[in-house]
Formats: sequence, C-alpha cells, structure tokens
Amino acid sequence: MLPAGSHSAAQNGGIEMKSKPIQETKTLDARLRRDFRKNKSLYLMVLPVLAFYIYFCYKPMYGVLIAFQDFNFRAGMTGSPWVGLENFRRFFADPYFFRNIKNTLVISLASIVFGFPAPILLALLINEVGNRYFKKTVQTITYMPYFISLVVLCSMVKSFVASDGIITRLVNILTGGTIEESMLNYAGLFVPIYVISDIWQQVGWGSIIYLAALSGIDQELYDAADVDGAGHIKKLIHVTLPCLSQTIIVLLILRLGGILSVGYEKIILLTNAYNAESSEILSYYIYKKGIAGGEYGLATAAGLFNSVINCIFVVGANYISRKFSDTSLW
Amino acid sequence: MKIKKTKSRLVFEVCNTIFLCLMVFITLYPLWYVVVASFSESNALMRHGGNLLYWPLDFTFDAYLKAFTNQSILSGYRNTLFIVVVGVIISMILSSVGAYFLSCRDVMFKKPVTILILFTMWFSGGLIPFYIAVRDIKLNGSLWSLIIPTAISTYNMIILRTAFDSVPDSLEESAYLDGAGHWLILFRIMLPLSKATIAVIALYYGVGYWNAWFNASIFLQGNTDKWPLQLVLRQILIANDTSSMTQGVSVGDQEKIGESIKYAVIVIATLPILCVYPFVQKYFVKGVMIGAVKG
Repeated sequence: MLPAGSHSAAQNGGIEMKSKPIQETKTLDARLRRDFRKNKSLYLMVLPVLAFYIYFCYKPMYGVLIAFQDFNFRAGMTGSPWVGLENFRRFFADPYFFRNIKNTLVISLASIVFGFPAPILLALLINEVGNRYFKKTVQTITYMPYFISLVVLCSMVKSFVASDGIITRLVNILTGGTIEESMLNYAGLFVPIYVISDIWQQVGWGSIIYLAALSGIDQELYDAADVDGAGHIKKLIHVTLPCLSQTIIVLLILRLGGILSVGYEKIILLTNAYNAESSEILSYYIYKKGIAGGEYGLATAAGLFNSVINCIFVVGANYISRKFSDTSLW
Repeated sequence: MKIKKTKSRLVFEVCNTIFLCLMVFITLYPLWYVVVASFSESNALMRHGGNLLYWPLDFTFDAYLKAFTNQSILSGYRNTLFIVVVGVIISMILSSVGAYFLSCRDVMFKKPVTILILFTMWFSGGLIPFYIAVRDIKLNGSLWSLIIPTAISTYNMIILRTAFDSVPDSLEESAYLDGAGHWLILFRIMLPLSKATIAVIALYYGVGYWNAWFNASIFLQGNTDKWPLQLVLRQILIANDTSSMTQGVSVGDQEKIGESIKYAVIVIATLPILCVYPFVQKYFVKGVMIGAVKG
C-alpha cells in the first residue's frame, strides 16, 4: 500500500504548481501573511494531528538514541548514562543472535514462498468461475477470516493442534504418525503452523487486489488471442500474467522489503518453551528484552539494527526490480 | 462472448468448482466447529476428542451461561465497547481533519506537512521508544493508552484524502466565496459528499480497535479491570487460565468445563464482527480498491 504515498505526493506537486504563478509576484512575507489570514482556522484544526505525529511518531524516532544509553525510567533520556556501542555489542554477542536472525528469515521466506502466490492462484481460479452467484459466495466467505482477531485465530490454532485436536488427528491419519502432544510443542512444526494459519486467514483478502487487476484487463486482448488460436493455458501465460505482473512485482517488493520485519504479535501468542528453538524471532527478542525484561537500551539497539536492515532490503529489492523490469516503487 | 467449451475446458471447470468448494469448506469448517463445540456438553466434547464434529453434542447453553456471568469477560466487553466507540470517534475526527488539510489547495505549509506525515509510513522509532513515549505522558494504566497513541492510521487518512480530493474544487471555492470557513467546508461539504469512504474508514478503525490486544498487554499490565475483551480472551484461551470461571469445581472437572467455555468465549468475541461482516463486506472491499487504484 505504500506506493500510494509517493504517487499522491506527485499529485500535490502538480496542484501546487498550478497556483504558483499568481503568488510569485508577492514577497515571501506578504505571502505568509496572506496564507495565515486565509488559513488560520485550517492550521488551528490540523494542530492536534500534527501533535499526534510529532509525539507518537517523531519523538520515538528521536528516542532511538537510547540505543546508545543505559536507559532507565527514573533518570529519563536526559539523565541516563551514555554507553556508546555497548548495547550493540551485547546484542551481537547474544548466544541466540544467529538463531533469532535465522528464525526470522525462515518464517519470512516460508511466508513469501507459500503465502505470496496463494492469493494470486485463488484470484486466477475465482476469475475463471462463470456463475456470478457462486463467485460472489466464494469471495464473501474467503474474505471472512481476515476480520477474526489474532487472539481468536491463535487460540483456534492452539486447540485444533492440541493433543486431541482435529488437525493433530488428521495429520496422524494422513502420515501414519503418532503425535501425542500438541503440535506446537514440536519446534519443526512451528513454521508450517504459522504459515498455514496465515494463509488461511489472509488468502481471500489478499486476492481482492489481484481480482481488481484481473477485471481491469482489456477483453480485446483475449479476443485477439482467440483469433490467433491461443488456448486457455496460452492465454494465461501470454495475456493474463503479463497484465498482472505490475501488481505482482510491486507487492513482491513490499514483501521482500519487509523480510526481516515479521511481527511479534502472533509469535507471542503461539510461542512456548518447546518451540522456542524455531519461534523466537528478532521482533520477539526486542519485545522480550525490552518490555518483559526492562533492558530498554539493548532492545532499542536491536530494533535499530532491524530497521536499518529493513531499509537496505527495501532499497535493494526496488533497485533489482528497476534493473530487471520497468516496475519500481520510486 | 460465448466460449466454445472443449473437453479439457470442461474438466478444468469441474475441478475448479470442486477446489473452490473445498476452499469454502476449509474456511468455514473451523468456524463452524467452534460454534458447534461451544454448544456442546463439555464431557461429551472431551470424549469426542479430535473427531470431526458436525452438530452439537448434547446441546446446552452451559458454556454461555458461565461465560456471561464471568466478571472479567463482562468488564472486558464494557472496556472494548468504550474503546471502539470513543476510539472510532476520535480517530475519525483526527483523520478527517488531517485528510482535509492534505486535500486543501492553496496552503503554504501543505507540502512539508504532507512529507512529515508520509515519512512515518516508512520509518518508525520502533516498539521501545514508542512505549517510552506513551509512558512519559503517564498514559499507561488508563484506557486512553489504547486510543490516543494509535488514533491515526496514516493509510486510512490517505484513503480519506483521496475521497476529499475527488470533491469538485468549484464547490469549495463557491462555499469559500460565500464566506464559509474551513470548518464549515469540512463538515457541510467534504464529509457529506464522501459518506461511503467515511463509512469504510470508520469500519476499518472499528475492527482495528475491536481486535487490538497488544498495546493493552503492555500498557495495562497490572490493571486487569481495564483489560479489553481480546486481552481477557488471551488470558483465558492462550494462557489457558479458565480458573476464574470454574471456581469451586474439582481440578479434573476444571479442564473439561474449560474446553467448551473456551469455544463459547471465542464465539462471543467474534460474533459481533462476523454478524456485521456480510452487510459491510462490499464497503471493506471498496476500501482495498481505493487503496489499490492509487498504487
């Protein structure tokens, strides 16, 4: 959704340019005065919004400096001692550092490999349905899980994969396995559980954007392909997919950019002592150290490291995409 | 255009229909299971184990009676209702005002403010500095900590801005010439003309507030009486603590009773959203479209 921003910024530029010639003749001072006279109430009403952004978005950005402090609440940011790179040293020296990075990457990559194509496939299949009512029903129902809260989703997962849950039962029948406790207690099963429940919740909602792109494809392209004698598969490869490619690439860039930013909420809800081996990820580490452990400096340092890597990934993914195709976010 | 159906096409269509029906089943069955289990008698449910369930076993309202007489669930409901109602109002006011500012023409400081706001979609200070900022103004421990720090979603505000942008400039201009101020233009022209988008955004905020639990878990750590429903749920469902509801029952029975209470609690917490869902679905989808068209 982020490209929305850059696009509209360009729009602004356009609008502003239009109104410029009238103002250019006046001095800056006169323009300021005129602007304030006309828009005084506007600035007044936007003040709370600005205050929100400055306090809850920009103050925390400045607050990142506590990554270089031994922060405690009593002394505050001004009184806490500066410790240089000590927090970073401790973060990198943590015995679980590589495990956390590895787990983050594994969960992220598995989500992308399986979770990214799923909505595209679903959209393609829904698009092939002829009956309007059936199509509508499938859409309505598959969008639904998106609105279920994470707490409810995770508790459903928990009881379905419990020792006597129906999924455990099903898996035992299908694989002939003998899983006798909760599947969440097996570190090796954590990633599949995480990814599959994610897909279950989001595949329908994710398909909306592709369905929109599909309905925007010019019917003439298909007619032309028909004239050329293309079958359904050929039409899929030569018409449908190329038309979707722009949407796919933009969304893929966003996903790749966020490769190290797996959220902690679902992890907090699903993790336990047995699966920590594969469930503890970077953002969970930040939560655990910072909120639960009170090591604010260390957790902020880890967060800063995470943001910097994310930034590099977004820029990198965008660069690669621009190089190999014409699509990019900026 | 009529497509001439070849044999392979027919096979594909049949497979496709079967697959999509399967998708519908996979989506619905877990929800159905939860509903059915919540109406089942706990012992029967335990004996039933992991077998497929199509209909309630020994139909009973026991679990619901227990859940609805539970103090923490009731107070959770109250708190969540407060958060959703007050939160949506505050969010909508701030977002419309912000969106109106961003859509205004002929304002000198529009560009820097736009950049200031959009920048936050890409960068944030992260969890800990945010937590410290909220604690610094003593919001923690109060229900306001679940509303104010997350009052504006930049994404929603941008969607609103798009709606305001599409209102013809001539309307604003003539209102301005008639002596209308910015407040009047916003409330008498902009908002009434973008009702559909307003509805979408209010719904987005509403669902967001209804489902939120994490901020409550860090800002309201000790104040269990202020917990929203989702956090109460987490305590009951994830941390597996049904003890408050099964007091005076022997330990063995506790687990059994807990089982169907859990499902009842899930239904209680999800039903409001799923009930509204079919009616508002098209608006939600519209919201995605507005976002996507801009992308």
